[in-house]
Amino acid sequence: MNYTEKVMDHFHNPRNVGVVENADGVGEVGNPVCGDMMKISIAVADDRVADVRFQTLGCGAAIATSSAVTEMAKGRTLAEAAAISKTDVAEELGGLPSAKMHCSLLATDGLRAAIDDYLVRNGRAPLQDTSTAHVSVVSAE
Amino acid sequence: MTRNVYLDYAATTPVDPRVFDAMSPFLKDQYGNPSSLHSVGREAARALDDARESIAAEVGAAEPSEIIFTAGGTEADNTAVLGIAKAVRRDTGRSHLVVSAFEHNGVLTPAERLAKEGFELTLVKPGADGIVSAEALRGAIRDDTALVSVMHVNNELGTIQPLFELAQITHENEALFHTDAVQSMGKIDFDAVGLEVDAASFSAHKIYGPKGTGALYLKRSTPIQPLLIGGGQESKKRGGTENVAGIVGMAEALKIMIAERPAEEPRLKAMRDKIIDGILDTIENTVLNGDRDFLVPHVANFIIKGVEGESMLLQLDHKGIMVSTGSACSSSSLEPSHVLLAIGCPPELAHGSLRVSIGRFVTDEDIEYFLTEFPPIVHRLREMSPTYEKMYANT
Repeated sequence: MNYTEKVMDHFHNPRNVGVVENADGVGEVGNPVCGDMMKISIAVADDRVADVRFQTLGCGAAIATSSAVTEMAKGRTLAEAAAISKTDVAEELGGLPSAKMHCSLLATDGLRAAIDDYLVRNGRAPLQDTSTAHVSVVSAE
Repeated sequence: MTRNVYLDYAATTPVDPRVFDAMSPFLKDQYGNPSSLHSVGREAARALDDARESIAAEVGAAEPSEIIFTAGGTEADNTAVLGIAKAVRRDTGRSHLVVSAFEHNGVLTPAERLAKEGFELTLVKPGADGIVSAEALRGAIRDDTALVSVMHVNNELGTIQPLFELAQITHENEALFHTDAVQSMGKIDFDAVGLEVDAASFSAHKIYGPKGTGALYLKRSTPIQPLLIGGGQESKKRGGTENVAGIVGMAEALKIMIAERPAEEPRLKAMRDKIIDGILDTIENTVLNGDRDFLVPHVANFIIKGVEGESMLLQLDHKGIMVSTGSACSSSSLEPSHVLLAIGCPPELAHGSLRVSIGRFVTDEDIEYFLTEFPPIVHRLREMSPTYEKMYANT
């Protein structure tokens, strides 16, 4: 199992760990039997991710990708943040071992769940699947 | 400066410099093929004979010819399981196998293959204590059982199995008994004749010898269909030119293990106990896997609740400390350790398993360093977890 330096950097120095106080949206994904659990909380201002924090129980890749996603999402519009794909995160980290691609990349799901939570709380339509996410958020504006 | 603290001796060991010195002539000037009749060949054959004699004596074989050299523990396991089961079926028609559910894959996988080739396979479960009991074997064995295979020491847990009792039950049913003794050789008593085993597997690299060298004890009366054929080496039981340097190294490594055991065993036990007490006493929500009274001196396996094993392993590695885990996330199969599942550990806890295994070059300072560095790592990872507080924290 070989992780890139960037993965190890995010793993050892995770960015944005914790919980956003009075979060506008919270997403929890994962499955305890599989082992990985993730919780992302966001603060939203002007339809942008103003703040984002994560908590993750999981392997090195799970923690590193969580950290990377929060960095990538911060400051972006909800539409842009929701459109961050697993491939985007893997690319940002200089690649991930193939075995980790499907199981440890909860982070994008967690972020989308948090955005969904925000949208629903505010009486807006939730995100659809990844391919239509961008459209659905924009059309809700 | 980070220290370099290797605590994964059950995975492999460094070659002892004395072993290296014993081996090196056979990689250089004494390069002969033991099957050659000329002088350099005879020299190699002599070295091979000496090594065989020495290993046979140390493991309690009745005669040197009962030791067959292989290219490692897995080959010895494969040869024993496939070779004995097929030979017994050929000779007696018996076609049932009993294998413990927490065997090394070197045993489990060939047993599963035989199950696809007309054998019936019963996996006998160890208890939560990490021991395969006599009762469990009695419940699994049948009058058409050909072969029973139970390891001497479980490689993940370090629990010692009651081999003599298990071999007796096997023989009462007129089946043959094989044990994977890779993790016990040189570390606790092993006496092939005394334990009444019919076959046993050994590996050099767990005892400060080289990788790629192992041996199979095959009692004279044990029938075998060889796995590797051609060449007629090893009394026609394992074809292929012998790895003379490796075999010489294995013999030297075992000699050193046995000679130094009286002093080394209490030293290792004291360090292991310090690790067990240190973890259980200073980190809450931790459990030792397997019965502490039946552990080898060099292995301890824990569940660190609410933490995932690979992230513990990587954090420790960052501090120069090397251990192993049974977490699914650390395996290529993405399955949690079959050993932990076999003793009834739920998968979500198996993810937080940690094996610490010690050996010759580990010092008290290394253990102190580990016990200082480890608790904050667990604390940090638990703090980062979305579920720990909810599930476990009660303080």
